[in-house]
Amino acid sequence: MTQATTAHSAQDATPYYDNVIQKFVLAATFWGVVGFLVGDIIAWQLAFPVLNLDFEFIQFGRLRPVHTSAVIFAFGGNVLFATSLFVVQRTCRASMWGGAVLGNFIWWTFNLFIVAAALSYVLGQSQGKEYAEPEWWLDLWLTVTWVAYLVAFVGTLYKRKEPHIYVANWFFLAMIITIAMLHLGNNLAVPTVIFGGTWWKSYQLYAGVQDAMTQWWYGHNAVGFFLTAGFLGIMYYFVPKRAERPVYSYRLSIVHFWALIFLYIWAGPHHLHYTALPDWAQTLGMTFSVMLWMPSWGGMINGLMTLSGAWEKLRTDPVIRFLVTSIAFYGMSTFEGPMMSIKAVNSLSHYTDWGIGHVHSGALGWVAFVSFGALYYLVPVLWNRKSLYSMRLVSYHFWVATIGIVLYITAMWISGIMQGLMWRAYDNLGFLQYSFVETVAAMHPYYIIRATGGVLFVLGGVIMAYNFIRTIKGDVRSETPYETPAAAAARG
Amino acid sequence: MSILKHHAKFETNVILLMVGILLTVIIGGLVEVLPLFTIQETIEKVDGVRPYSPLEQVGRDIYVREGCYLCHSQMIRPFRDEVERYGHYSLAAESMYDHPFQWGSKRTGPDLARIGGKYTNDWHVRHLNNPRDVVPESIMPGYKFLHRPLAADDIVAKMKTLRVVGVPYTEDDIANAKADLVAQATDGASTDALLQRYPKASVGKKDKAVAAVTEMDALVAYLQVLGTMVDFSTMKPEAIR
Repeated sequence: MTQATTAHSAQDATPYYDNVIQKFVLAATFWGVVGFLVGDIIAWQLAFPVLNLDFEFIQFGRLRPVHTSAVIFAFGGNVLFATSLFVVQRTCRASMWGGAVLGNFIWWTFNLFIVAAALSYVLGQSQGKEYAEPEWWLDLWLTVTWVAYLVAFVGTLYKRKEPHIYVANWFFLAMIITIAMLHLGNNLAVPTVIFGGTWWKSYQLYAGVQDAMTQWWYGHNAVGFFLTAGFLGIMYYFVPKRAERPVYSYRLSIVHFWALIFLYIWAGPHHLHYTALPDWAQTLGMTFSVMLWMPSWGGMINGLMTLSGAWEKLRTDPVIRFLVTSIAFYGMSTFEGPMMSIKAVNSLSHYTDWGIGHVHSGALGWVAFVSFGALYYLVPVLWNRKSLYSMRLVSYHFWVATIGIVLYITAMWISGIMQGLMWRAYDNLGFLQYSFVETVAAMHPYYIIRATGGVLFVLGGVIMAYNFIRTIKGDVRSETPYETPAAAAARG
Repeated sequence: MSILKHHAKFETNVILLMVGILLTVIIGGLVEVLPLFTIQETIEKVDGVRPYSPLEQVGRDIYVREGCYLCHSQMIRPFRDEVERYGHYSLAAESMYDHPFQWGSKRTGPDLARIGGKYTNDWHVRHLNNPRDVVPESIMPGYKFLHRPLAADDIVAKMKTLRVVGVPYTEDDIANAKADLVAQATDGASTDALLQRYPKASVGKKDKAVAAVTEMDALVAYLQVLGTMVDFSTMKPEAIR
């Protein structure tokens, strides 16, 4: 057995390509810290604009796509590659199709894409669509990586020794296929180089209302598939594995899988309520967004109830704490989302910080926490260590990050609702009560609270990275261990 | 729930599972996106909306480059407070030549859909140079670097590309692109032909501190035309129903 492969049992000597998964784990950890840090920098820029330094390469408008791309695509993407390729090999009892060569190809092309994309935004090459900022040549580059990923994943499914495809893989597969469709559909553009212009500028094929609908068909489902379906795949493997309990309900997983992927695609127009998008499309978007609450909570219930009979692990295993808290945040933000998609609520919440708070309760509470749980599980397994360097540090990470999230989202709830109300406030004489800039000034304390929450979240990421480095080195911290459930039971 | 027994077919066949997923996720997009290209009423028929002048288009490209859309919307919703604060609610027709659309999703700063003509050119230049000179509470970054000369050698390539994606630039527009671009940002230049091609364009030098045509000139020219193309004093409501 080489270092690149590990056999999972004596009976079955299927080699798993784990070397490349180690690289994805390291990249995810690195980009996580970078992405959180850039996010916190731009949060401070909103509180104190002098931090923009009037220097074009680090201004808010150029760094904000760096933040979103770093956390969604670089951190989230590397977590998805690591977990999906780890899970698909084990649940299929098959080694990864394409092996180390294809795995390394995906790793290098993807991570170089991230670097190139970040540099391109900083240098002023954005195509001007949220979460789809990379220009046409980067879009083509990513398409190549994504096709390689699809081939590796489906190839592994194809050569599986298990007759059934495990539920986590349905979610990963839906994520891969749908992201491919969305990426191609939303990035259709004509480069100016065809007519002798520069090679880094293009114009979108669609304009105005059609471009807006296409963008939010893409944008909402980047959330729905990249950040939800993919991470539900993580939940379906790592929660049962860590809790040592089977998935709560097989039937529920079937129903919520198909309902979720069918309904999510329709939800995009709720980003365009009361705009020049036709009313029929807005109403469809709202209706499906509200319906989406049900399959979302189906997934939450299936994840949480998997803990049945293992709830005491919350006390003794901080990794389980991350996983369970992530599902709770998932439940909360998938209730908040449908509520905000109701047009009457949206008329208040849209364009305000409430939207930013909602995104971050999902992104920090759900996506990042379930990722942390999976990464903490993966590192000792992949590097063949008996345990993490320190479980106490996992617990510190958990509390620091949780307090950070609470500061973040409560500040944004208050500032968002306050700003929405101030915009529509009238005085006794029937005039608008506040000028716009008065509402900006009112945000200041909340922007400081939010950025402080961000500092805590970054700090948590640094603690995790340190824990990983020491674990990989083979160190074990001398500390009071958490009681095992058996010991706790014996003590009574 | 005997129907769930048949789910084993999907779980044991990769191809079937992939086809099932693709069919399931494609429906919503087909129903919501495609009709927008075929239903005529999606974009109202109103007078006045025209392609951007060369200088405005380059200014718009700077607006996109700097990520202005991340803090400013260009979409006024039909609410009393928004109409009083910003002006007539936005029509789909007003962004029909916007590749890409810049409706935005966040108002860290105010909506800009009808910013055109609300402030003087000087105000815009001072504001972009250092927003806190004119609005002390502002949290917008300063854009001093926009005083640099405008690189617009590729304006013809840009307009030809835009024509491919549906902006009706004429041969005449493209032949005069470079001259129009300079004329719009030069005090005392002959602008009759320019204004015939691009009515209501904001002509004249904006960035007085620099002799050459600057990025500031282009961006301000773009901001000054935003929301001004449709004349709402003469437009009849039935036209946009």
